Amino acid sequence: MTRPELWLVILGGALATFAVRLSFIALIPPDRLPDSVRRGLRLVPPAVLSAIILPGLLSPAGHLALSLDNDRLWAGLLATLVAWRTRSTWLTIAVGMLALWGLGLV
Amino acid sequence: MTSAPPPPAPPPATSRSEFLAGARDQLPLLLGVVPFGLIFGALAVAAGIPALEAQGLSVFVFAGSSQFVAIGLIAGETPALLIVATILVVNLRHMLYSAALGPHVQSLSLRWKIPLAWLLTDEAFAMASLRYQREDRRTAHWYFLGTGLTLWASWQLSTLAGIVLGARIPESWSLDFALPLTFLAILVPQLKDRPSVASALVAGGLSVALIGMPLKLGLMAAILGGVAAGALLEALARQRSAEQEPLR
Repeated sequence: MTRPELWLVILGGALATFAVRLSFIALIPPDRLPDSVRRGLRLVPPAVLSAIILPGLLSPAGHLALSLDNDRLWAGLLATLVAWRTRSTWLTIAVGMLALWGLGLV
Repeated sequence: MTSAPPPPAPPPATSRSEFLAGARDQLPLLLGVVPFGLIFGALAVAAGIPALEAQGLSVFVFAGSSQFVAIGLIAGETPALLIVATILVVNLRHMLYSAALGPHVQSLSLRWKIPLAWLLTDEAFAMASLRYQREDRRTAHWYFLGTGLTLWASWQLSTLAGIVLGARIPESWSLDFALPLTFLAILVPQLKDRPSVASALVAGGLSVALIGMPLKLGLMAAILGGVAAGALLEALARQRSAEQEPLR
């Protein structure tokens, strides 16, 4: 990506984020957002994160790689287990990276 | 704090003491923020983003998870406008914060509202909304400013430290893999019920299936599909519990 494009991302992303944060502070705030909106917004982060993680793990080279030598897939599965059991960001990253390095050695 | 001030006397809290209290109360939260800033800086460099632009994301966008998402998409050569749209979607939840704090800052001028809105992160919202639950809110916006600026400064310094650190890590360490691992660490604790699990599974599955779509539009389609699936499941569960209600 070229540097002008990067700055488009930075300033565009900043403006979009600021607009969301300013929305009800600048406008007349509603007493409460509709429940359906609140519930829908709660479901967005899991969808975004999963939609970004899975292609990287399952098809690192652009096509499905459900094979034993897809180190990233196995390291990712192990890290998921660690994240689920410990809820620790540091431990999840550490175990995932160690698994990737370990699998690269065998 | 507990004794009521005499009516004509000056308010018990000055703007300065409120600002400092906001900064001080944010300190424990920095334990969670500073490591993420470090990781962000290091990963941005690992993704091939120049130091200035990496810092620029923290200075201007100032929204942790969307910044991580952005570097993942930048590394994947996603078109710029689609990245901006994704940042918007990831940060839409801040509208809830804006709606919650909006009534408290209505009387302030736009000169106050603009910086306060810009500083409205998850952590600033947490501390500011606690402050607004307490008595004497006349100077509470100084508290909000103090807590927000403390967070902003910490995010800048930790990003910078991460950039410096990341530039020294050799490529053979595959540091780029720490990005999906960070996402996993953020995602997994959010999978609390069936709708959130459905949202993640459907979005992830669609994203893999649609990987060949032009301009990476598959990502947006996957996110929408995931949210729709989760919302559908939630609506069905509510309908079911509503049907069972009269039986009890």
